[in-house]
Amino acid sequence: MSSIRVLAVCWLLQFKMILRSPFDGIGNVIYPLFFATVAFFVFRAGHSPRTLIYASFGAAVMGMWSSVSTSAGSAMQRERWWGTLELLVAAPQHFALVLLPATLGLATIGVYNLAATLLWGRFLFGVHLTITHPLLFALAILGTVLSFGGLGFLFAVSFVRYRFAWVLGNFFEYPVWLICGFLVPLALLPGWVSPISWVLAPTWGMNAIRESALGGSPLPDLGACLALGLGYVTLGVLVTDRVLRAARLRGSLSLT
Amino acid sequence: MIVAARIFFVGGVTSFRALFYWLTPWIYIPTMFISPIFQILLFAYIGRSAHLRSDEFYVIGNALQYASIPCLFAMAQMVGGERFQETLSAILVSPAPRIPLFFGRSLPVVLNGALTAAFALVTGSLILGVHLPASSFAPLALVIVVAAFACTGLGLINAAVSLRIRENAVLSNVIFGFLLIFTGANVPLDSLPGWMSTAAQGMPFTHAIKAARELAAGSSLGDVGGLIGAEVLVGVVYGLLGYGLLRFFEAQGRRHATLERS
Repeated sequence: MSSIRVLAVCWLLQFKMILRSPFDGIGNVIYPLFFATVAFFVFRAGHSPRTLIYASFGAAVMGMWSSVSTSAGSAMQRERWWGTLELLVAAPQHFALVLLPATLGLATIGVYNLAATLLWGRFLFGVHLTITHPLLFALAILGTVLSFGGLGFLFAVSFVRYRFAWVLGNFFEYPVWLICGFLVPLALLPGWVSPISWVLAPTWGMNAIRESALGGSPLPDLGACLALGLGYVTLGVLVTDRVLRAARLRGSLSLT
Repeated sequence: MIVAARIFFVGGVTSFRALFYWLTPWIYIPTMFISPIFQILLFAYIGRSAHLRSDEFYVIGNALQYASIPCLFAMAQMVGGERFQETLSAILVSPAPRIPLFFGRSLPVVLNGALTAAFALVTGSLILGVHLPASSFAPLALVIVVAAFACTGLGLINAAVSLRIRENAVLSNVIFGFLLIFTGANVPLDSLPGWMSTAAQGMPFTHAIKAARELAAGSSLGDVGGLIGAEVLVGVVYGLLGYGLLRFFEAQGRRHATLERS
């Protein structure tokens, strides 16, 4: 119970901080809209059987991923810069319970990205969306947010040894957009890409959101998305323990 | 004259080296050489998915447009970086003539932007199997340098605005986004609404991208002379505007004691 309370309080605190950050709360929300606009124009001008509705959902989830990938990689690094890392590590709660809400907060901003992109498509490009399974759609979004938060958490703890963690976070923005089927069907990509996309939760989150909106069966995709998210968190906790132990041994916790 | 030349060349190179002192290869290589490849691949595959244009269209458009990242961010950091290291006032209080001071810092940025775009064009073409005629290599190199020059002009405005605002990274990303949409890098200009394709005529890259595509299609340098001239004109206008704004905001910063406000 205490752990859930820590998660909830930290998530709320982190979410408020992100909302007030010009980069994460404004920049990361506006930036994907430019890519969404290009996608809308390209699909509108093209001759593909894939419709603007297909592009609309893809562009929306692109925005969700942007909000996580850009900043999650440096979530732990930020605490280090602020001088709060040692305090958080020394706290009686497991450090993962403090860090995970930070990346979940970033993923939650992704919901705003998703809504903004869908509304952008509706009002500027006349993309009329009908959600076939509203409840499953909401669950698919929730599952995607949770798994994105989990992947962001794994990024945050894995990149902490690198001073330039934010670059690695940025670096993963385009590849995930490309290989997770947001705007490009996986069938169009080389065969060796598919196994990589299968271990990335955004692939399954994207499928679940599309299937629930367009009338398919999203539950298997949602299950895979959540399972991968749980896997990322588990792996992240193991990496956290290892990284913190190494940092304590070498006295490098506050090393910037 | 010698002093001005020293400030232009030595000051420019020193400032650029200082920029990469903190940017380091860990930032430089992924940002300048790897990300543009993924941008090219993303849009080339979106183009395939949408059945819009050939890979060549996206390789050329995105390779050139990506030069905006070094040009916009480096110019913004010309102010932001100095402010962060608390050297901005020392520079602006010096009696150094402003034209070589500011434009000297722009020259390495132009060259770096051109290098980034050229690398992206070559690598993107190799990965996607886009054939560029050998006769187009030299003219394409010229077009790339001109495109980087024009965008650095816009970057000078970005640098000037950075004297007044804190979040120059957000501003640079926003400008990058507008260039992505408007310049025809990914969306043919005739597929954009009229007002957007008209506005694009006054933006960096629009004419350069068109010229590069025509060169790749077999046109000669003479055929695209008008487009190159237009791109140069765009760069000159932005450069002059940027210089004027830098002087204006510098004076405002002195008057209101806000140069070091971060």
